[in-house]
Amino acid sequence: MSAKPARHAGTPEKASLSPARRKFLAGLAGAAGSGCLLALGAGLYAHQSRALAAQALRPPGALSEDKFLAACTRCGLCVRDCPYNMLMLARPGDDAPTGTPYFIARDKPCEMCEDIPCIKNCPTGALNPKLTDIAAARMGLAVLIDHETCLNFLGLRCDVCYRVCPVIDKAITLDRQHNTRSDRHAMLLPTVHSEYCTGCGKCEAACVLEEAAIKVLPIPLAQGKLGEHYRKGWEERKKHGGSLIGDQLELPVRGLEGKPYGDSRVDDNAPAPQAESDDPPEANGINSRWKP
Amino acid sequence: MSTERPGQDAIARKGWLAAHKWLLLRRTCQLGILALFFIGPWFGIWIIKGNLSSSLALDVLPLTDPYLLLQMLAAGFVPAATAVVGALIVAVFYLLVGGRVFCAWVCPVNMITDAAAWGRRRFGIKANHAPDTRSRYWVLAGTFVAAFVTGALAWEWINPVSITHRGLFFGMGAGLWFLVAVFLYDLLVAQRGWCGHLCPMGVFYSLLGKTALLRVAAPRRDECDDCMDCFVVCPEPRVIRPALKKAGQESPVILSSLCTTCGRCIDVCGQKVFRLTHRFDQRSSS
Repeated sequence: MSAKPARHAGTPEKASLSPARRKFLAGLAGAAGSGCLLALGAGLYAHQSRALAAQALRPPGALSEDKFLAACTRCGLCVRDCPYNMLMLARPGDDAPTGTPYFIARDKPCEMCEDIPCIKNCPTGALNPKLTDIAAARMGLAVLIDHETCLNFLGLRCDVCYRVCPVIDKAITLDRQHNTRSDRHAMLLPTVHSEYCTGCGKCEAACVLEEAAIKVLPIPLAQGKLGEHYRKGWEERKKHGGSLIGDQLELPVRGLEGKPYGDSRVDDNAPAPQAESDDPPEANGINSRWKP
Repeated sequence: MSTERPGQDAIARKGWLAAHKWLLLRRTCQLGILALFFIGPWFGIWIIKGNLSSSLALDVLPLTDPYLLLQMLAAGFVPAATAVVGALIVAVFYLLVGGRVFCAWVCPVNMITDAAAWGRRRFGIKANHAPDTRSRYWVLAGTFVAAFVTGALAWEWINPVSITHRGLFFGMGAGLWFLVAVFLYDLLVAQRGWCGHLCPMGVFYSLLGKTALLRVAAPRRDECDDCMDCFVVCPEPRVIRPALKKAGQESPVILSSLCTTCGRCIDVCGQKVFRLTHRFDQRSSS
């Protein structure tokens, strides 16, 4: 068998579409077509399967998922450097995009090493080297996801998630509530606090149920987000040393102007309500008589 | 000439070992590199850690695939200095030695596609629907466009090269099917289809090695008896002709950077026409 003659070797002898030139252009179009098709396939596949499964968590210091997929070389140095071997590189078909590192909290949670060895050798900074305090890591956020099976919600003192939490009494607290079922006991409800939870997954790994009632989720899944314009009145009040709108808000009640306070009758022939107090009625509004 | 078993003449004249010298060296190199990566996780001896995408040798020397780094930049991420230094080290090495030395001496997929090429010859499989050899340039460009558009290293989702190498050390999973697909494609559909027509990594390293120093040459080209064995075994058959037959060049050196410097032509030539040399070696019998 001999080598195929080079398809693009022929130079056109005429300026018009000679057979050689025709062949050259056809070859070029074929090359462009097949090449672009393959690359497009990769792009589409990447776009389709970029989602990380909810149970797959990134190592400490991982950039936001969008950036991470551009930054991670999929080299596995973090996997090698984890002294507890709890990180994995995703194989094609796994819960995370091919080649990227992840862990499943229920199987093997992060041990929160103080020196964070997994970050040290990351060549690109996909695991952010600025993370030096493991308590500041946010691998995910624990959520007590099932209030129906959690033993503490059933009134028992399981407390295992609370006990194993490396940030005990900060990331997870036990909040006391009245047990309305027995009406004489307390329920101590494990409560996660996002300002301390690192998402290490110890609680999920330790949950005694067959399926964990507390789960660590990627933060965008676990947390709600207030609208940018939302302000909490009590915080604003503290910040400004007083209410911004006056201690008492009076709103006009349209359509009832001129009626005595408390008289909300639309039909004037209905019997008049009994006055509740001797206070004089306020004009053009309702006085709730509430004072802070 | 025998298209099923090229190199019979060379074996008869030089002996089996000499007729497989470069092949054996190359396999030793490929397997040796795999072994270096294996003895870490298997025996706890960490000479090199990571994989071909990025690695750390002897705990000090960072190495990063420059092609991957460029895709990263295209995706809009500027990596930390370690990756940049690592990519420069790798780039300078291949710039000097020859870009596609990676393909022939390092890349693990080479053994798969070589096996497919061997199978084609052995079983006389003639069907060949290979796309144009220029397709790979489009794939290369396409991978950068895909990275730019998706903002992610899109090619890494399906890159058989990194999937193979990573899979060997971190678990193959469904990646096995990528390898089976490449093997069957090369065996049944397209001759040298993957490495010679589509792989963007190969063509990236080829562009990188445009001026590389290490080259195969045909200094004894007037001894050529036109047995065609070198063309049969060559993964890039069209690179030989200019040097061997003075087609468009006087120099006996194979100058095309698509040559993978695998040295198989040196092996199979009974007339000892070829030798491994440097770019400026103009010695020639004719």
